Amino acid sequence: MRDASPAKAYALHVGVIALLFALNFVLPDYHQGLFARIMALAVFAMGYNLLFGYVGLLSLGHAMFFSAGLYGAGLTVHHLGWGVPEAFIAGVTCGALLALVIGLLALRTSGVAFMIVTMMFAQVFYLLILYFAAWTGGDQGLVVQQASRTLNLGGASLDLTDPTVRYMSALALFAVVLLITLTVVRSRFGRVLVAIRENEERTKMLGYDTVANKLAAVVASGAICAASGAAYALLFGYVGSSFAGVQYSILPLLWVLLGGAATTLGPLVGTLFMYYVTDITSGFTSAYLLIVGVALILLVLFFPKGILGSIRERWLGWLP
Amino acid sequence: MHFGPHLLLAALEGLVTSAVLALTALGLSLVFGVMRVVNVAHGEFFMLGAVLAWAISTAISGHPAVGFVAALVVAPLLVGLVALVAERLVLRRLNYNPEGTIVATIGMLYIIQQLALTFYGPEARPVEPPFNYRILLPWFGYSGYKLSVVAASAILLVITWLVLTRTRIGLIMRATQYDRETAQAFGVPVERVYAGVFAVGAMLAAIAAVLIVPISQAHYLMGQDPLLLSFIVVIIGGLGSLRGTVVAAILIGLSDGIISMFFSPTLAKIIATLVVAMVLVFRPQGLFGTTPR
Repeated sequence: MRDASPAKAYALHVGVIALLFALNFVLPDYHQGLFARIMALAVFAMGYNLLFGYVGLLSLGHAMFFSAGLYGAGLTVHHLGWGVPEAFIAGVTCGALLALVIGLLALRTSGVAFMIVTMMFAQVFYLLILYFAAWTGGDQGLVVQQASRTLNLGGASLDLTDPTVRYMSALALFAVVLLITLTVVRSRFGRVLVAIRENEERTKMLGYDTVANKLAAVVASGAICAASGAAYALLFGYVGSSFAGVQYSILPLLWVLLGGAATTLGPLVGTLFMYYVTDITSGFTSAYLLIVGVALILLVLFFPKGILGSIRERWLGWLP
Repeated sequence: MHFGPHLLLAALEGLVTSAVLALTALGLSLVFGVMRVVNVAHGEFFMLGAVLAWAISTAISGHPAVGFVAALVVAPLLVGLVALVAERLVLRRLNYNPEGTIVATIGMLYIIQQLALTFYGPEARPVEPPFNYRILLPWFGYSGYKLSVVAASAILLVITWLVLTRTRIGLIMRATQYDRETAQAFGVPVERVYAGVFAVGAMLAAIAAVLIVPISQAHYLMGQDPLLLSFIVVIIGGLGSLRGTVVAAILIGLSDGIISMFFSPTLAKIIATLVVAMVLVFRPQGLFGTTPR
């Protein structure tokens, strides 16, 4: 049914990427920086969406995958003096391995138990970061030195602290992950994941190995979130334990719910919207958490499908 | 101090933690058992109880005991009222859907926390204990108030157990827990039972907080540790099992008191959390619970 318009879907996504590319030259400095941050974090939301939106597994512990990438990249640069590409790969690998282990354990449970187990593992991860403060910097975190955040590509060296380079790097990661997500959810694997969400027993009966498919989804989701974390450490130069706290497990859930679960562009829309709502309201009030709380409740009460989910339902049935 | 008295002190401190934890966890366990709702805002009801206790006891002049007793009566009632409103406005509209309610209670957590920060402020404030009596042991003196907290908690637990097993209200609650639809068919007002259980659960947390606030101060972030510990207790004890909850609370409270006196508190938390996660993975019904239907 939705396959009738693959060209339309790809055109839309390429259009969004092109628009973000063009925005680099239009946006004022402050908003350029904000957009770079939003794109890096939208990758986190996309990783979360893969598991929550498509497989229907609600995790309350994705901060651990994000911070696995953050620390995997940040610590190798800080302590071992690794270059940017190696550190990025190290971050993603850490996230994928952690996701494999957590997936093997947590997928033995389901429903409410899955949420609590993921939350507890994330809490352990957070406490471990505090416990090994000698290496991780604990509460204070670490600042990744500006000198080590330079990417050497065949002679040319790119300074990741430069606003335009930073924006383009964030966009590149965002674009790659967006296209990967789009391809994955349209693939056979993606269909099996949706089938598991709709009815796991029936999918099993049809001969699919649901546990293996779910595990693959957890690892993919963990790796994407870790990529976001690694990019965040390298682009913005700060690695801190607050990124591993419960709040950073809740935020991707909020962004995905807001943008629309199980829509490929929803995570971007949700992150963008939430960032600007907080940015604008911070002029009037410091009650940032109040806004997050009210947004969560209003969303589950009145817009459980989110912005793009509602648009898809009303007008654009082909939206992936 | 020698090792023996040191251990006794650690055990006494652990017992006080256990007493407060048992009440808090019982509230969480009731809500989950009867309504199948994971109330992430439970710790904030605890915090709200403590903050209100401070407000009430400072508003009333005279002997500290008067203010404390007033707080012990009024604060839980106010918290119960807040919970009742939240249940009516939010949880009922979600039809108690497990995932929807988890997200909604996370929202409540942030709202209550932020409101407490805005109106109460970031300071930690003490409440005066109703009496200052030190029990002199051969090795050290110990606060009589702390021991009375243990006694009060034990009395409340027994009352709850009696209500659940010996009264008509308890019967209705257990019927709703056992099978919501059949209970409704037999004329049980399920929605009113849910509203009542949610309010009572929050009130138990608030009572625990009022009892503990003369020992540890009232602070707007104080709800986080009780929430995590209550989760741990409820999981180890088996969801919805009163006996299991009490046994697990004593176990966790004592081991927390003893481990954190001899080792780093962070390490104690890491081990406890990891153990609980593993229990949930490999024995989801808890150590004392029965296999869910």
